[in-house]
Amino acid sequence: MLIGKPPDIPSSEITSREDYFRYLSRRRFLKGAAATGATALAASRFIAPRAVQASTKLQTVPSPLTTTGEQLTTLDDITHYNNFYEFGVDKGDPAKNAGGLPTRPWTVKVEGKVAKPLTFDIEDLLKLRPLEDRVYRHRCVEAWSMVIPWVGYSLSEFIKQCNPLPSAKYVQFLSYYNSKIEKWGYQDPGISWPYSEGLRMDEAMNPLTLLTFGLYGETLPNQDGAPVRMVLPWKYGYKSAKSIVTVRFVEKQPPTTWNDQAPNEYGFYSNVNPNVDHPRWSQKTERRIGLPFYAQRRTTLMFNGYTDQVASLYNGMDLRRNF
Amino acid sequence: MKRTTLITLKTLTWIACLSVAGRLVWGMVTNDLGPDPSAAIAFATGKATIWLLAISLAITPLRRLSPRLNWLIKFRRLFGLFAFFYATLHMLTYVALYSGFSVAAMESDIAKRRFITMGVAAYLLLVPLALTSTTWAIRKLGGKNWNRLHKLVYAAAICGVIHYWWQVKTGVITPLTITLVLAVLLLARPVTAWLQRRKARAAVTA
Repeated sequence: MLIGKPPDIPSSEITSREDYFRYLSRRRFLKGAAATGATALAASRFIAPRAVQASTKLQTVPSPLTTTGEQLTTLDDITHYNNFYEFGVDKGDPAKNAGGLPTRPWTVKVEGKVAKPLTFDIEDLLKLRPLEDRVYRHRCVEAWSMVIPWVGYSLSEFIKQCNPLPSAKYVQFLSYYNSKIEKWGYQDPGISWPYSEGLRMDEAMNPLTLLTFGLYGETLPNQDGAPVRMVLPWKYGYKSAKSIVTVRFVEKQPPTTWNDQAPNEYGFYSNVNPNVDHPRWSQKTERRIGLPFYAQRRTTLMFNGYTDQVASLYNGMDLRRNF
Repeated sequence: MKRTTLITLKTLTWIACLSVAGRLVWGMVTNDLGPDPSAAIAFATGKATIWLLAISLAITPLRRLSPRLNWLIKFRRLFGLFAFFYATLHMLTYVALYSGFSVAAMESDIAKRRFITMGVAAYLLLVPLALTSTTWAIRKLGGKNWNRLHKLVYAAAICGVIHYWWQVKTGVITPLTITLVLAVLLLARPVTAWLQRRKARAAVTA
């Protein structure tokens, strides 16, 4: 059974919240021990060791918006199979190269059509709202998928703090970019950095839209977009900007990196849609990462299975044209 | 070359050629093919195909370097057939793991996706070569016709490399090495032919 309905998952394979926190505490103990050794080594070799943010546990609460009944992708696969072009184009590159991303101190600038430009410190953002555990399906435009237990709160909570003006129709996200740290970005001469993404205001205000600070109950690893990123489970992965430094409220549809790069391949909306193929491959099915080869292939769902929550945003729109 | 040396070398070649498939089968059984096993299988079989094709194409230019390397010809068919073996596995990977045995999906892929069209073309070019690889077929066709037919291998190699470039995403340059290797091997033919002609002419005028 390689195509058609997704294979039934025995309940024994679904990681429960308790299980993964038990797993977390065990892992943190081991990692803590290793980190102590590594820090001692680093301190002995450098006078001023570079600030590397080790993942720390986050205080979280459950969320009704979490996706249930899916087998979680392992932390190892989530952190070693990434697209983060600033750190290289191969899936394994970001895990190797993202160590230098300076995630502290970190601020997020809010500008554009707002009552007053603001700057938020990452520590304040972490405390703005209770952090929720939200499991979401993640569908990459390259036809692979994962199930990831993210940690964050709805972006709408943050937007309320920004006081956008009525003229703000779109919101743009800019990622951190420093060519000295992210030297791999230059491998692709077609991309103009920093990475830019955007949403219509109503999409940004949808409760599913997650301002994300962690995964598996801990702060985000660098290669997954530390210290703060977007997660939009009904859109292809590249819509979810990583390592955000600027949030800009704008009147007109902002330029977005992949849409600029190849407008016929990557639309502004980029909603997961099995009926609109990528010019180079079909979007009808996907490969679930981390499963055995015979169980990977599964049917792609409209809006990645989040139709009930988001379909109304696109009422009356031709999604073949506005792909 | 001594018979025992030949047998030893052939055995080693078989082991080396089968090692890729062996590693994949082991990885399938132990579920240890990385985060994306389908992609790992597709990549490994495709890479084995193009490299084995390159090795089989390297034999003639190498033999021209020195008559002492003439024995290499005994290995060409082996490499060619192993290239076809991996090309077949590569095709099966696509049919089973990517299209999910759906004829409709395959039809639309071949019609719409140029890298798949090109890959299928490369494979179809290899089929008659594999079918006529037996000594009986060579005798039946006659050396001249057989040689002419087997020139298709150049077209297959070029299609294979284009298929590779069209498959990878923008910014990925992994197909560069094999492209350069094949370019050298294909260019080696006219160059060595020209050198031989010049030597012959020099011999005549002398």
